[in-house]
Amino acid sequence: MKIVLLSGSKVGSKTRTAIDYTKKSITEKYPSAQTSLIDLAEYEMEFSDGRNYLEYEGDTGYVTKTIMEADAVIIGTPIFQASIPATLKNIFDLLPVDALQHKVTSILVTAGSPKHYLIAENQLKPILGYMKAQIVQTYVFVEEREFHRKEITNDDVLFRIDRLVEDTVVLTETYTKIREEKEAAYGF
Amino acid sequence: MEKYRIDPSKGLEFGIYTLGDHIPDPHTNERISAQQRIHEIIELAQLAEQAGIDFFSVGESHQEYFATQAHSVVLSAIAQATEKIKIASSSTIISTSDPVRVYEDFATIDLISKGRTEIIAGRASRVGLFDLLGYNLRDYEELYEEKLELLLQINEEKVVNWSGKFRAPLRDAEVIPRPQNGSMPIWRAVGGPPASAIKAGYAGVPMFLANLGGPATSFKYSVDAYREAARQNGFDPSELPISTAGFFYAAETTQQAQKEVYPHVNQGMTLINGRGYPKQQFAQSSDTRDVMNVGSPQQIIEKILYQHELFGHQRYIGQMDFGGVPFDKLMKNIELIGNEILPAIKKYTAKK
Repeated sequence: MKIVLLSGSKVGSKTRTAIDYTKKSITEKYPSAQTSLIDLAEYEMEFSDGRNYLEYEGDTGYVTKTIMEADAVIIGTPIFQASIPATLKNIFDLLPVDALQHKVTSILVTAGSPKHYLIAENQLKPILGYMKAQIVQTYVFVEEREFHRKEITNDDVLFRIDRLVEDTVVLTETYTKIREEKEAAYGF
Repeated sequence: MEKYRIDPSKGLEFGIYTLGDHIPDPHTNERISAQQRIHEIIELAQLAEQAGIDFFSVGESHQEYFATQAHSVVLSAIAQATEKIKIASSSTIISTSDPVRVYEDFATIDLISKGRTEIIAGRASRVGLFDLLGYNLRDYEELYEEKLELLLQINEEKVVNWSGKFRAPLRDAEVIPRPQNGSMPIWRAVGGPPASAIKAGYAGVPMFLANLGGPATSFKYSVDAYREAARQNGFDPSELPISTAGFFYAAETTQQAQKEVYPHVNQGMTLINGRGYPKQQFAQSSDTRDVMNVGSPQQIIEKILYQHELFGHQRYIGQMDFGGVPFDKLMKNIELIGNEILPAIKKYTAKK
């Protein structure tokens, strides 16, 4: 199982901190899973210009191809101006129609205010749904006050991330199995 | 219709097209050489002609996994190797070519083929060729519209006066040689949502409508929008031919056809678009209402007749070689078309 962990912003460190812990949780509990961590702060991404994703080179090509090869994508995102950051939206714009079909996606939000809780529900899930992802319905929402010097200080958050990891793996395994059985039944 | 060399009384025209893809056979993971692929395309055109198929066309794609970038050169070889089948491009990417050179090439092919040549002008679904050939992707729409307009003008007028943004102006220019009958059919390639079909209708240009899969009724919107736009702009839709183009594969049974062709389609889509063809959607192609003409000869006949009733189109062309389909399977398909599918389609669509 290939899991991509995507840290969706170039600003700040909280999303990356939460994604780092998520990766650690996967590695400990599911050592056979292949993980790739993509922190958009570390890549020079081009804006989508209408090309097929295979035609981008450099960082843009690497990031889009890595996501397209994944079985599951854990999306970490901060909330800026009451929405997902442009860097993350650009990733979706770079990918083709139905790009997330047969992939499981799960969501990890970091935010400065609890008022942003429904933004993933109202703005991110519709995008994932349109791109045909299998979505882990429950997401993890982490507030700024739960971080201190690049560590998560609230055990409840760590527990919730552990459960998100488990849900992601279980849903990916289950969904893959269901799909394989169904496809085998088509007889072609 | 006469202008476009179509005689509706003879029924729906049936054609074969290739994009000239050059993809390993997924069953063996082996890929024939580009030379062999090109020769097989030429031979396929000959076999299609012998089977009574009306039309054969070759496309242009400038990217990995293709072999007919110089599609007009391949078409001129086909023109020489055949005698009566209509030949065309599917499509010529007019946006990144000089319409004068395209017209010279195709008029020459028309002379070689003695009046059998047509152009289908498209604007590329993959855009890597803009970089390769030195065009700016930001001009994607305008390049296509301007160059198609010029191509059509060259076809209509012996002496051309023209100026535009993307090419030096033409002053009393004579583009020669002329095709055998002075002009030749030029079609607009249309895919995706009805917006593109509306543009074709508005310009009163024949439409080639690509439809990969999904319910045939979904494509009826584009057909209706095309005719309506033509009517609104003063053209008579009954004078404007429509052709459809999509996947084709025949075998003894529908299940066998799906089983044989799915790995090819899936591999082709994966290599070229980066996404395979979802099995669930492919499975629905066994339904008569699905536009993809994959199945037993009887099933395909039913599908094509259903589509004909729905669209009232004049030509259907099928793509059956996508994704490294081996040549013996292509020969078998041609045989099934010639012996079973074609006679039935002509019988039911020709005017008695």
